[in-house]
Amino acid sequence: MKKKLYVARSPRIAARMLGEEMLVMSGQGSTLFTLNPTATILWQAADGATPLDEIVERRICSEFEVKPEEALRDAEALAEDLAKHGILLISEEPIASHAVVQEQHRP
Amino acid sequence: MSALMQEMSDRALRLGVPLSVQLDLTYRCNEQCVHCYLDHDDHGEMTTAEIKHLLKEMAEAGVFILTLSGGEIFMRKDFFEILEYARALTFCIRLKTNAVLIREAQAARLRDLGVESIQVSIYSHRPEVHDAITKVPGSLRRSVNAIRFLKSLGLKVVIANVLMTENMRDYQGVRALADELGAKYTLDPTITPMMDGGRSTLDLNAGESALRALFRDEFFVGNADEFCAPPPALSEDSMESLPCSAGHTACYVSPYGEFYPCVQFPLSCGNVRQQRFIDIWRDSVQLKEVRSIRLRDLSGCSQCAHGATCTRCPGLAFMEGNMRGPSTADCEKSYARTGIPSKNLLAKKEKSSPPRLVQIQLVPAITGSRLSGMGSSASAAGV
Repeated sequence: MKKKLYVARSPRIAARMLGEEMLVMSGQGSTLFTLNPTATILWQAADGATPLDEIVERRICSEFEVKPEEALRDAEALAEDLAKHGILLISEEPIASHAVVQEQHRP
Repeated sequence: MSALMQEMSDRALRLGVPLSVQLDLTYRCNEQCVHCYLDHDDHGEMTTAEIKHLLKEMAEAGVFILTLSGGEIFMRKDFFEILEYARALTFCIRLKTNAVLIREAQAARLRDLGVESIQVSIYSHRPEVHDAITKVPGSLRRSVNAIRFLKSLGLKVVIANVLMTENMRDYQGVRALADELGAKYTLDPTITPMMDGGRSTLDLNAGESALRALFRDEFFVGNADEFCAPPPALSEDSMESLPCSAGHTACYVSPYGEFYPCVQFPLSCGNVRQQRFIDIWRDSVQLKEVRSIRLRDLSGCSQCAHGATCTRCPGLAFMEGNMRGPSTADCEKSYARTGIPSKNLLAKKEKSSPPRLVQIQLVPAITGSRLSGMGSSASAAGV
């Protein structure tokens, strides 16, 4: 059986909603990113405690017309990409809450 | 500015979001720099609780880049408590400091809190010059040691070098020091008036020949011939351009809660102790006036040869008496860059010129009577 993945927002990044997009500044080299609406949902839900498949089912499949397996595959690829840039932490175990930044304010 | 940051800034402008704020935590300082524009006495700084409340309001308003400055930020005993709270709200934090109070422990904490960059003021690579400006013996050594601690932990450090009469021959040395330390380097050739309007600090401005040399230095300006070329003519589009981001996507809050368009633009728009941050940002009459100004509205500047390329600071213009007028410091920069005087400089020259000598010709018909005996003295009379 495939192991569950947990994702958490990195405590080293800066982030803010600007309109419909999330602005993210990675501590690694002061690089600025913008997250599209799907990546923003994933980032906001990444609390370190909820498994990725649950996030996909509850937050992504409910919002977009997409098959759960396909959505999970895309979400895993996206999470790995965000992790490479230091924006998300990924683990096969739940991630301690002190390593997670709180959810974003929306102006 | 990166293309993405420019795009975000344009979007923030369209959405009316204050993307970037400078918050001065204190005006107290452990240095007493000769060119400083601040009154260092504490006239009732915001408390820790007040600052935390403000930070929460700023996050809710959409502020992303938060610059914490002073005075000297480390003079506040609650500095790390404030910083920790700000990072929990996921601001992108930039610090401005003299770094004198940063040791290994403080540097490690800044790294752990994910600070984006730390700007450190360095005036010279020579202790006798730097320490004479800060009036603190040993300050250069301590600031440089702090930069080494910060760099050893992988933090981004920017050395900010303000140019003035005292250090105008040293900027190449500071640049070399920045290279050696692995820090970025910025140079600011403008000394500003005191925030209370006092203009005594302006005597320290480096002057035209220093600016001219600077504007030919390709490290700063790229292709010097292009940079110093005569300005292009004003287009219809440029007449509609905004003077700068002050009050549009950026603003400043003082340690006493006063809200200004920019740290260099002391036009009070409200106080965050009495009003919500977002209410001042959205509804302040003063900010609305600042936002309404376009290049076409600027007296003089809209007809000036430098209009399209001028770095005119609306805050400095305000301190000269008219936020729609010219900023003479920027006129002087444009002149040093291109050799072409601005409309404002020409007008000033005209006003300060000594009276022109006018040759008075003697009228033969009356020479022999009314003006006899005055001889040639009449030819030197001025009007």
